[in-house]
Amino acid sequence: MRTEDFDFLAKLLKQRSGLMLTQDKVYLLESRLTPIARERGLAGLDELISKLRSSRDEGLMNDVTEAMTTNESFFFRDNTPFDLFRDHVLPMLEKRRTNKKIRIWCAAASTGQEPYSLAMILKENWHKWQSWNIEIIATDISAQVLDKAKRGHYSQFEVQRGLPIQMLIKYFKQDGEVWKISDEIRRMVNYREFNLLDNFASLGQCDILFCRNVLIYFDQPTKSDVLGRMSQLLAADGALFLGSAETVLGITDKFRPVRSRRGLYVQSAAPDDLIT
Amino acid sequence: MKQCLVVDDSKVIRRVARRILEELNFEVEEAVDGKDALEKSLSNTPAVVLLDWNMPVMDGLEYLKAMRASPNIAQPIVVFCTTENDMSHIRAAIEAGANEYIMKPFDREIIEAKFSQCGLL
Ligand SMILES: C[S@@+](CC[C@H](N)C(=O)[O-])C[C@H]1O[C@@H](n2cnc3c(N)ncnc32)[C@H](O)[C@@H]1O
Repeated sequence: MRTEDFDFLAKLLKQRSGLMLTQDKVYLLESRLTPIARERGLAGLDELISKLRSSRDEGLMNDVTEAMTTNESFFFRDNTPFDLFRDHVLPMLEKRRTNKKIRIWCAAASTGQEPYSLAMILKENWHKWQSWNIEIIATDISAQVLDKAKRGHYSQFEVQRGLPIQMLIKYFKQDGEVWKISDEIRRMVNYREFNLLDNFASLGQCDILFCRNVLIYFDQPTKSDVLGRMSQLLAADGALFLGSAETVLGITDKFRPVRSRRGLYVQSAAPDDLIT
Repeated sequence: MKQCLVVDDSKVIRRVARRILEELNFEVEEAVDGKDALEKSLSNTPAVVLLDWNMPVMDGLEYLKAMRASPNIAQPIVVFCTTENDMSHIRAAIEAGANEYIMKPFDREIIEAKFSQCGLL
């Protein structure tokens, strides 16, 4: 691929989704964008790039942006964050939220495994939470992954990566090759298309924020910007979860890690003993 | 090193499972059916049993029931690993005392995920 073409695509992707494209990902451009070119009756990647250059075709730019996202996810990914959510963050909010309202935002929800894992944890303790008003808002830039998330249909492979068998028995129905998540869990999650580069005003305040395995694709200034704005949206005593390869250290001073609780962060101004 | 007993009548499956488990630092023993497994695990209880369902002589579920009914021995964690992939089999296995359940085909990632859920990793 010619350098100017690579630069053009890299700039487009960075603008639209924050994705930082490095030279070693050229093969990804080729394997993911060639099918889009074909679908549109274009000869190949070169023709797709000239089309993008000459027309400002929103639909095409969207398809290209979505195609370049990495959507891998699994239930209870890395386990620890979900244990911390259940054993430390929820008990803290249970004490502090006398109005019995909790808002959870999954900011890069992909195909739904993350918000559904949270919903299942709440369901497991339903006697405690049923009188509460708990909202789970799950967003992603990709309409395609959200469609799958809303449907809640998973393959045998997907339900075996991280989902305890007891939860499969309780919260899924089998239909041939497909495992369908139960309506009671599905209804607990609200899905919405949302780009993290956009203004957060429409989302409203939240108490718990899962932003896992998406910042890794952004460059440093974009990470700082997103985390800075998240700090404004998150309650002063809220909790932030990042992916296992992500951190706030050296990126923003708005959050600090909770000691010996991997992946869990609180506002820098939060009291020391907020989460123990 | 934790011990894992791999119970499967297929030599190929035992070999694949052994390779994955050794990479995960388990000491692996093999059994060819439920009866063989019962004898081996009664004389030397492993930390975990990776258990096929359909086998000659004694199947996986019979092994599990016999194992769970035997008093005075340390009980292993039992993870089914079978082509039986319908809810009724899964329920029957869990009711009989299985800790986890893998539907074949499996790979390293699935074994790793299930074993760590059982606190083995
Ligand atoms: C690897 S998945 C992470 C899924 C889940 N959070 C997890 O940890 O398993 C990353 C997701 O981020 C989404 N994404 C990428 N850029 C985004 C942006 N600018 N705004 C919102 N979502 C974005 C992708 O569409 C993708 O579904």
